[in-house]
Amino acid sequence: MTNYDKLLSKSAKAMRPSGIRRFFDLVAEMPECISLGVGEPDFQTPWDIRDAAIHSLEIGRTKYTANSGLKELRLAIVEWLKRKYQLEYSYENVIVTVGGSEAIDLAIRALLEKDEEVIIPEPCYVSYEPITTLVGGKPVPIPTKEENDFRITAKEIENAITDKTKILVLSYPNNPTGAVLRHEDLEEIVEVLKDKDIIVISDEIYSELTYGMQFESIAQFEEMKDKTIVINGFSKTFSMTGWRLGYAVGPKEIIDVMTKIHQSCIMAAPTTSQYAGIVALRDCDNDVEEMRKQYDLRRQYCVRKLNEMGLHTFEPKGAFYVFPNITSSGMSSEEFCEKLLESKQVAIIPGTAFGESGEGFARISYAYSLDHLKEAMKRIKEFLEEIK
Amino acid sequence: MDEMKLLNLLADNPRATITDLADILGEKESDIESGIKDLENKKVICGYHTVINWDKTNEDHVDAMIGVSAKPERENGYDKIAERIAKFPEVSSLYLISGSSEFLLSINAKTMREVSDFVGEKLAPLDGVSSTVTMFVLKKYKVNGVNIAIENEEDDDRLPISL
Repeated sequence: MTNYDKLLSKSAKAMRPSGIRRFFDLVAEMPECISLGVGEPDFQTPWDIRDAAIHSLEIGRTKYTANSGLKELRLAIVEWLKRKYQLEYSYENVIVTVGGSEAIDLAIRALLEKDEEVIIPEPCYVSYEPITTLVGGKPVPIPTKEENDFRITAKEIENAITDKTKILVLSYPNNPTGAVLRHEDLEEIVEVLKDKDIIVISDEIYSELTYGMQFESIAQFEEMKDKTIVINGFSKTFSMTGWRLGYAVGPKEIIDVMTKIHQSCIMAAPTTSQYAGIVALRDCDNDVEEMRKQYDLRRQYCVRKLNEMGLHTFEPKGAFYVFPNITSSGMSSEEFCEKLLESKQVAIIPGTAFGESGEGFARISYAYSLDHLKEAMKRIKEFLEEIK
Repeated sequence: MDEMKLLNLLADNPRATITDLADILGEKESDIESGIKDLENKKVICGYHTVINWDKTNEDHVDAMIGVSAKPERENGYDKIAERIAKFPEVSSLYLISGSSEFLLSINAKTMREVSDFVGEKLAPLDGVSSTVTMFVLKKYKVNGVNIAIENEEDDDRLPISL
């Protein structure tokens, strides 16, 4: 009998499995349920982008691109970052990746040595911690708090820094909370970091989905530009999740090493998607604006409805999630979500899926039509009345 | 109340009920009702229409686009002649356009004969109309933003849960 447990790598085995596998399995058995559980937009990719991809296939653009991506796409990324956030880079500071998630993987692997620490504000997207563990690094989660609107504070970062700290992850606008950092928050954080040899991985995948405020990147601070890897992508902004296209921008020395890793395990991002990406960045501002308007209407609707039915919900300024506090139900997050699923066939995600500090909360995605949201809100309200 | 939001919701779904609109926008039903009345009175909202694919009914139905070359009148420009054309009930839309003719109008009729009678006996003889070009509609693919003869894109095919 082969002993796979002995064969498998220790660090791979140490990767934390998703804590809520059981809940996911329950949802999978209930295909007719009303889901508010997705982390991707409901809009179709704008037609101009799809048309560009089709055209690239028609004229036979079906080969590998350069490892770091098409130069024209990298130039388009540079222009876009400058136009949107006044970030100034050369195309040589850019690597095109298979989604933002590959960029996160590359950045952590390019930087981290065994036992070095990565500060991760939680609740957050689920990939930073397992990749850190896989490399033999040590994840240092910092819980963010509802009373701070789920913003990480400079003080909290300062307290978490040790002489082993290598990376700080900033993931704003945040999945799952919808929190954003304001200029004054960034200023204080920069003050803590500016003289330290700590690299910021700024995951800005939701940067274009902010409401009533303009997104600001920590890389816009001159003191931080040389210590920040900006990660962004096409999935959320242009509704292109299935295209698997993202990028990282940062100091050339780091990007070059990331490219070396990328070269060995990926070769290059999908060529068709890269051609489509050029059009997305150059021609689709109006499409993004239209989607943002729709999200905003749904966001306001969900926040109002949830608060009205007695689930305290802070008003998120970014992404497409709301993160209601469910402690008034007297249940744990997972229990709440399971009961809601069983009795009303509505699927929302326990906050604990995004780190321990998500206990007491649940993530609701509003990347759905208003009709869908209305029905779901009606059922959640009924559920709350029944468990009173 | 945010009038633009109300208008956008109605543009997407003119059948949305007052209750639904009030719920979505977080306004009182009475405010939504008076808001809509106000927009109707100001002629911002000019009508509520249904997109029908007549090809799927047993009704005879013929549509045509007609380009009309016309001379403007002193003082009135094109407005007077446009008014006269618009009065015909067959005319469903009428635009002053740039390009090779002055007006583009669309007409809905039952038969081709009706269309040619309309052009020959009513439209072409009008004072100020110098020529017409009639284009019969062979098949409608998209009307008022609605695909009526094109396969619609797949419904929500996302995984029910993703982080």
